[in-house]
Amino acid sequence: MIKKKTFGSILFDIINCIILIFICLVSLYPFLYVLFASFSNAGELATHTGLLLRPKGFSVAAYSAVMENQEIWTGYLNTLIYVIGGTVVNLIFTLLGAYVLSRNNFYWNKILLPMALFTMFFNGGLIPNFLLVQNLGIYNTRWAMILPGAINTWNLFIMRTNLKSIPSALTESAQIDGANDWQTLFKIVLPLSMPIIAVMILYYGVAHWNAWFDAMIYLRKRELFPLQLFIREILMASKTEEMTLSMDLSAGDMERVSETVKYSTIVVATVPILCVYPFLQKYFVKGVMIGAVKG
Amino acid sequence: MFKKAETNSIAKKRTIADDIRKDYKRNKYVIQMAIPVFLYYLIFRYIPMCGISIAFFDYNIAGGFFESSFVGLKHFKDFLTGFYAARTIRNTLLISLMQLAIGFPIPIIFALLLNEVRSKKFKSTVQTLSYLPHFISLVVVCGLIINFTGEKGIINDIVELFGGERKNLLMEPQYFRWIYVISGVWQEMGWGAIIYLAALAGIDPFLYEAATMDGAGRFKQTLYVTLPGIAPTIIVMLILNVGKMMTVGSDKIILLYNANTYETADVISSFVYRRGIVESNYSYSTAVNLFNSVINIILITLTNYISRTVSENSLW
Repeated sequence: MIKKKTFGSILFDIINCIILIFICLVSLYPFLYVLFASFSNAGELATHTGLLLRPKGFSVAAYSAVMENQEIWTGYLNTLIYVIGGTVVNLIFTLLGAYVLSRNNFYWNKILLPMALFTMFFNGGLIPNFLLVQNLGIYNTRWAMILPGAINTWNLFIMRTNLKSIPSALTESAQIDGANDWQTLFKIVLPLSMPIIAVMILYYGVAHWNAWFDAMIYLRKRELFPLQLFIREILMASKTEEMTLSMDLSAGDMERVSETVKYSTIVVATVPILCVYPFLQKYFVKGVMIGAVKG
Repeated sequence: MFKKAETNSIAKKRTIADDIRKDYKRNKYVIQMAIPVFLYYLIFRYIPMCGISIAFFDYNIAGGFFESSFVGLKHFKDFLTGFYAARTIRNTLLISLMQLAIGFPIPIIFALLLNEVRSKKFKSTVQTLSYLPHFISLVVVCGLIINFTGEKGIINDIVELFGGERKNLLMEPQYFRWIYVISGVWQEMGWGAIIYLAALAGIDPFLYEAATMDGAGRFKQTLYVTLPGIAPTIIVMLILNVGKMMTVGSDKIILLYNANTYETADVISSFVYRRGIVESNYSYSTAVNLFNSVINIILITLTNYISRTVSENSLW
């Protein structure tokens, strides 16, 4: 089909292009600013106003302050444990739940299905959950970060929709050949659902990486804190004094350095996500599409 | 004939027990799989729901639930007649309304603009960059917001450029909601557009051809083909958003507000957090939360019902 190009159409294309480039810049620039600022010389940065297009001077002092902070590493390690452990638990429970709910002839689904569905509209709320965690004895342990969110009901239903789309001829023929449900699940269903498993790993993994609220209310011991909580302290409570103490600075310098320390903390905390982001991006989008088809 | 009816009625009497027995034989392993899932929902979702009953008691922290005394609706009355109900409900509604007015249409417009781009490479680059903020953790995003709106921050550089005065914007109550909503748009605009892009991809290209034949230009095609094509998606998203009218998550509020801005920033969920976790006022906090949840359920049911009668689009 040949499209007739009118003047208005070309003008629109140009304006559209400008708007979209502007949106890209707005999405990206804050990160560039942080990156430039983190490598800047603290003194020069303090007197600078307006946009930063490259680092002001060059200094990695802020990074060495961050790297020397033992708590950042504790946080990194804990976050790693929560991301890996939590996602494994999430996957096991979600896979089992989705398989059970996708069985058409399972009698108890009459109860299980509404039971799961109802939790999407109503939940106990902050305090009852908090009291439950305390009474179960997992308060102030790593389990508090993993167990309460073992199943995200929305993800469970995305997964169920996906398992339902596997032709029943495949699972039935396996069962006729004598496979039980465990074998059907792991030998037939699981290998066929790798794309959706990838989506689930990403959804759950990113949620664990970003989690801080649960950690704030369920954890008291600092050695259990995830990275996000330490970052919060550095960024919001201005806990940068201790980090800059070893640097032997005057009060004014300290304040200036604390700015660059904040920026380099953001970089250190964000780089892992930014590194994997380009590779994961298509899976995230796929996940939304699956959700959209269901909704 | 008579005999057959008799056996039928016997079969009917035993039907539930029979079903269960038959199901156990057939689905023994499925039951094994279902048990952990069932226990999870029971323990981590339904026990807290029973725990809501502390809203009607004065929870005794030392003695636990069984030492608490029943007070009926006292906490609900306290909240609704107190100073905080008006403030938190107003702030929750205002922030939601602003999100609906600004945050809801922008992803749609963004998706429509992207849809007009013909170069695939350019389109996917714009998409990739615009999703990026969605994946940055809230703590980092709020750190950025605090830094950028601070007295030496980049936003104040711009304000000064136009002759304004430098001040810490997050300390000024009148700016809080704007900062909250606009930063939310910044973070979620690209991500929010995905669902509309999916809907746009589903429109039959034949419709565009037909419209071109009829002499419709690009603007008219958007108006008469594209928009009706994604209307069901828009309506479903609108129901979801209106249904969430009384829900503003506490996370971002807690990260951004301070005693100076409580007046405009304190929403129901952040109030629940402060009363419950910070001040250990468990019963009162649970009562406020329950009040909020009940309104939420009514709202989503109502919007769903209205939409189903008016437009035949609904969530269920």
